Amino acid sequence: MSAIADGSFVRGGAVKPLPPPVSRSGILRWLNDDLFSSPLNIALTLLCVLLMAWALPPVVRFFFIDAVWSGSDRTACLASPAEPNPGACWAFVRVWLSYFVYGFYPLSERWRVDCFFLALAIGLLWLLWLSAPRRDIGAVYFFVVLPLLSYLLLHGAPLIGLMVVPTTLWGGIFVTVVVATIGIVFSLPLGVLLALARRSDLPVLRLAAVTFIEVVRGVPLITVLFMASVMLPLFVPERLAPDQLVRALIGVALFAAAYMAEVVRGGLAGVPRGQYEAARALGLSYWRMMGLVVLPQALRITLPNIVNTCIGLFKDTTLVFVVAIFDFLRTVDAAREDPNWAAPNTTVTGYAFAALFYFACCYAMSLYARTVETRLARGGRR
Amino acid sequence: MDERADQSPLNSPPHAVAVEIISLHKWYGDFHVLRDINLKVLRGERIVICGPSGGGKSTLLRCVNRLEDWQRGRVIVDGIELTDDPKRIVTVRRDVGMVFQQFNLFPHLTVLENCTLAPIWARHMPKKDAEALAMHYLERVKIADQAGKYPSRLSGGQQQRVAIARALCMSPNIMLFDEPTSALDPEMVKEVLDTMVALAGDGITMLVVSHEMGFARQVADRVILMDDGQIVEINEPKKFFGDPQHERTRLFLQQILH
Repeated sequence: MSAIADGSFVRGGAVKPLPPPVSRSGILRWLNDDLFSSPLNIALTLLCVLLMAWALPPVVRFFFIDAVWSGSDRTACLASPAEPNPGACWAFVRVWLSYFVYGFYPLSERWRVDCFFLALAIGLLWLLWLSAPRRDIGAVYFFVVLPLLSYLLLHGAPLIGLMVVPTTLWGGIFVTVVVATIGIVFSLPLGVLLALARRSDLPVLRLAAVTFIEVVRGVPLITVLFMASVMLPLFVPERLAPDQLVRALIGVALFAAAYMAEVVRGGLAGVPRGQYEAARALGLSYWRMMGLVVLPQALRITLPNIVNTCIGLFKDTTLVFVVAIFDFLRTVDAAREDPNWAAPNTTVTGYAFAALFYFACCYAMSLYARTVETRLARGGRR
Repeated sequence: MDERADQSPLNSPPHAVAVEIISLHKWYGDFHVLRDINLKVLRGERIVICGPSGGGKSTLLRCVNRLEDWQRGRVIVDGIELTDDPKRIVTVRRDVGMVFQQFNLFPHLTVLENCTLAPIWARHMPKKDAEALAMHYLERVKIADQAGKYPSRLSGGQQQRVAIARALCMSPNIMLFDEPTSALDPEMVKEVLDTMVALAGDGITMLVVSHEMGFARQVADRVILMDDGQIVEINEPKKFFGDPQHERTRLFLQQILH
């Protein structure tokens, strides 16, 4: 390999592939490339460090170092000579935890809710774990068996010895999970149908879909819930009207479906026209073309947006309190008003606990979506 | 359903008409893209349609399986007249294979799944049989070793050969090719053309929109020149290239053959 004066030369033999140059070790490279690579970057890094130094210690002190971990009433969490500045009152959360989870569900029947949680966890795992065995059976389980089982367990069936627990006693995390799951599970297929209708060739269908989507999107969820719970009895005799919780569930599902429809529509528009044509040229019917060729691609394109909508829906479930349903946040709210626990820091602790719960759930959804995205990207799409 | 439709295309006499187009007119808005097209394609005939772009070649081809509809005229494929009736359209499409310029493979399915999708879902073939059939055709286009891969991992020429195999898996009587080599890198054109030449040897009816004049010379029974939405000239390749009857054909051939 000899270079000639003007720099160009003809290679004599074949060049053997060489291993890549060894990069600098991890932490140094990180410091150099990501934290201190330019004056602006250095300034930003220092700013962030200062911000953390200012904000983190008091938070850690309040929630952990000064926190009260046990006690049976408010006195444990009040300021005392021994503890002039008490931190978070975790004792409050510990005492009320079962109420946060089950609401007023009768003590003796709470095992039924636990069974429901377990059945739901199995279903979610089976459906969401992409390499789980027999996911087709998993889908049947999730969409057919689980709803029936949940109804029998939670509502009760005197025939098989489970006493009926009216939904007015339901509450807490358990109700939040029920509302969110039903909302997500129903809004997705409903949203897909609405999106297809909106892109249909039939003007009547298109008009109906557009009207529904625009009206529902143009109205706050609270209004939809009020309409479902307060106005329905004006048209339907009270004894024929569905249960209060069911009304709220329908309201939430329809509301979410309108948002989902727009998200899915975006995905449908992202599938190239050639895909529709190829499917049609092969003689696939409309539904097969959509189900086998277009929707799988559309839903992949739009997966981040779908998850975004699901996260929004999950947090929106907190609004069902306006129709007197005791979701998780409402139970926290009720507990902090209990005179036995009235203390300045119980309210903060209760809400912090609620925030933690919602964050954990939403972040889990977000993480899952990211895993699926990477997997699909590796799966060899264009 | 048309009573002619009951007649299985396989049992029809060898020189029956595969495609018949009668006084076909089509407009895109105000633009008259197809103007009074009349064409009879016999069974087993291989037809190459060429002409300047914008002349309506692809549109005409896409009318044969009704990816495009038209305002006036009739199109009869394998004895079935295409109307708005979705049943007829689906019947015709299952009998007419199509290969696109942009391949249009399904990116979310493997090569094998691309080929078995329509046989399983449109022909209700058991999965095992469909896979055997798909492997047969993938072997014919010399790409069976890539069956488990996703289309994005394949070169353009390989993708187009898969697209041909996918169409063949429906055992079509007629194959439509819409500029099958126009989107390919030059070194891949030959492998696709070779596949098509081999297919032509099988006696399948072929309508090919293409600028590959060598291919036209080699396999076409008739070559058609389309310009301004009209069929300008139809002739055997020898006459078409050697002694074109129409001034526009001469002009076109000059431009394309340099």
